[in-house]
Amino acid sequence: MLVLGLDIGSRTVDAVWLEDGRVADHVVTDTGFDPRAVAEALLTRARFDRLVATGYGRHVARDAFGAEVVTEITAYARGAAHLFPGAGSVLDIGGQDTKVISLGEDGKVADFEMNDKCAAGTGRFLEVMARALGFGLDQMATEALTARSGVGISSMCTVFAESEVTGLVHRGEDRARIARGLHESVAGRTCTALGRVRARGPLVFAGGVANNAAMVELVRAGFDGDVLVPENAQTVGALGAALSASAANG
Amino acid sequence: MSENVATDYGRMWAELGMNLPAHCALMNAIPTMYENAYLTQSDRPAGMAYFDFVMSEIHGLRIKELVDHKTAGGKVVGTFCLYVPEEIIRAHGAVGVGLCAGAEWGYNEVEKVLPRNTCALIKSFMGFKMDRVCPYVESADLLVGETTCDGKKKAYELLGEMADVYVMELPQMKRDRDREFWRAEVREFVMRLEELTGKTMTAESLTAAIAEVNGKRRALQRIAAARAADPAPISGKDALLATQVAFYDDVPRFTAMVNTIADELDARVAAGEGAAAKGAKRVVLTGSPMAIPNWKTHDIIEKAGGVVVGEEMCTGSRYYDTLVPETPGASLDEMIDEVADKYLGINCACFTPNDARCSDVVQMASDLGADGIVHYSLQFCGPYQIEAVQVERAARDVGVPFLKIDTDYSAEDVGQLSTRIEAFLEML
Repeated sequence: MLVLGLDIGSRTVDAVWLEDGRVADHVVTDTGFDPRAVAEALLTRARFDRLVATGYGRHVARDAFGAEVVTEITAYARGAAHLFPGAGSVLDIGGQDTKVISLGEDGKVADFEMNDKCAAGTGRFLEVMARALGFGLDQMATEALTARSGVGISSMCTVFAESEVTGLVHRGEDRARIARGLHESVAGRTCTALGRVRARGPLVFAGGVANNAAMVELVRAGFDGDVLVPENAQTVGALGAALSASAANG
Repeated sequence: MSENVATDYGRMWAELGMNLPAHCALMNAIPTMYENAYLTQSDRPAGMAYFDFVMSEIHGLRIKELVDHKTAGGKVVGTFCLYVPEEIIRAHGAVGVGLCAGAEWGYNEVEKVLPRNTCALIKSFMGFKMDRVCPYVESADLLVGETTCDGKKKAYELLGEMADVYVMELPQMKRDRDREFWRAEVREFVMRLEELTGKTMTAESLTAAIAEVNGKRRALQRIAAARAADPAPISGKDALLATQVAFYDDVPRFTAMVNTIADELDARVAAGEGAAAKGAKRVVLTGSPMAIPNWKTHDIIEKAGGVVVGEEMCTGSRYYDTLVPETPGASLDEMIDEVADKYLGINCACFTPNDARCSDVVQMASDLGADGIVHYSLQFCGPYQIEAVQVERAARDVGVPFLKIDTDYSAEDVGQLSTRIEAFLEML
C-alpha cells in the first residue's frame, strides 16, 4: 500500500510517500500564497492509496481532497519515534510554530507545549532578524557561530526584537554578536519550554530550524541529554502523518 | 432577529440612550456567531429551542421586560460577578442582571483609556459602556462591582464616571475575621439597595428570593448531573449557554425551562441517546469565566470531536453548586449571614490560598468520567494564569492529562488553539 503524508505548513509543504512502511519519495516545496494549489500539485506527482494531512493547512486538505487529518504534534511525535526508537522528546521549530513534545515509554505523546498566537522564537522570527541584520538566513547562523559571545536580546516578540536589533546595529554593535544573541535567546526559551514538559533525552530536533547549525549547537549546549537531528528534518511531520495512516490500517 | 422586530425595539433602545448604529452592527454580528457555534450542532435536546429563542431576543424581549419592570416602579441592578448576592437583590423587588462582557467590542475606544494589556473581560465591559451598545447596562439603575481582581477594581473607578457604580469589597482569604467582614459588607449592600429601591427587605421577601434562586441553581445542577452519562446527553456548548443565560433571564421562567430540559436529558440518558458520540473524549474545563458570546473554547473542543462535560468556572459549577440553606423560622439576620457565607464558600482564584478549587476540579473530573482537564485563562488574568500551576499539579497527582490555554475573545488564535486542542484529544 502507498500512503502519502502531507505536512502543509506556513513556510513549506512537505510530502512523504510511504510504500509498505518504507519511504519511497519525499519533497519539500515552498508554501507560497496558495497552499492548496501547491498541495494539489504534489497529489498528482505520484499515485497513492491513502492520504493523511497534517500542519496548518490540514483542514483545507480534508475539505478539498478528503484527506484524513492528524495534528502536527502527533505527527512529529510519530515520525521522530520512528526515526529514533527510544527518543524521549521532540522539538519542532517551524515557520510560525514551536512545539516541544515529551514522549512516553511507548513513543506516544505524553505532554506537549506550543507557542501561542504570535510567532515569537520561530523560523519566522529568525528570518525577520536576518533581514534586519542584512544577512541571509544561513549566513546569520554561520556568523553567529563565529562570535564568542552574544549580545543580550530581551525581546521575544518579532516586532519588538526587530526594533531592538535595529537599535543595536545603529549603536555599532558587532552583527555577529547580535546574531549569536538572537540565537541564544531562542535556544534559551526553547530549553525552558522543554523543561516545562519534562523532556527526557534523547531529543529529536526537527522542523526547518533544525537545519540552522547555530540553533542546533545552542540547543545542544542548553539541553540536558543527547540532541539528534534527522537527515530530513523538515519532512518528519509528513513522515509521521503517513505512518499514522499505516498504523490505523494495520 | 427580523427587520420588523428590530424596528419595534429601535425606539426602546433609543430611549435607553443607546448608540444605535454601533448597536446595529453588534446585533448583526451575534446571530452569525450563534448560528456558527450553535445551530450547526446535531442531536441537540429539543428543549434548547427555548435558548435559541432567548438568544434571538437577547436585546429585545428581555430588555422590554426590564423596561416594563422599571415603568412599574421596579429597579434593575447590573452585576459583573457571581459574588454579588442575587437573593438580596431579588428580596428588594429588584431584578438582577449579569452584564455583557464576553465580546471584543469598542476596543478602539477602550484602548484610548485602558492599557492594551488589560484582560478581555474588563476591556469588554468598558467597551460596551463607552460605546453604549449594551441595553442591560443602559437599563440598570445601579451597577455593582466587586474587588475580585485589581484590574476590575480600578476599571470600576472609571466606569463610575459614566454610571452609578457601587463596589462590594470581597475579602481575599477565608478566615473567621474575613467572614465577619464579608457579612458586614453584605449588610451594607442591603442598605444601598434599600436606598435604591425604597423598599425594606423582610424575612419573608428574603425567604422567597432564596427559594427562587435555589430553584434555579437546582435546575442547573440537574443538567450538570446528566452530563456524567456517556454519551453526554447535551453538548458542553448548550450547557454553558444555559448557565450564561441564568445570569440575566427571568428566574421562574428560566427555572421551569431548565427543568424541562433536565427531564428531557434524564430520558435521553435512560435511552442511551447523546448529543455527542458514545466514547467521545470527555473534557472538563476550568478557569476564567466565559460571558456571552464567548463560546470559543467549547466550540473548538466540540468541533474537534471532543465533548465538554463540565465547567469549573463562574459560568459553571461555581454558579450553581452551592445553595443558601433554607432554614424554617430563621431570622432575617441569620438569613443574611447564611447568604453571605454561601457566597464566601465559592472558590475563585482571587482567594489565597485556594486549594479547595484544585480539589473541586479533580473531583469534577472524577465524577464526570473526564479523560482530560483543560485550563482556560484569559490573557492578563494573573490569578487564573498563575493558579493554573497548582491546578496542573493536582491533575498530575491523580493522573488526569492536563492542557493549559491562555486566550482572549479574538479569533486570531483559533488556528493555533485548534491544533493544541486536537493534539490534546489525540493524546487522550
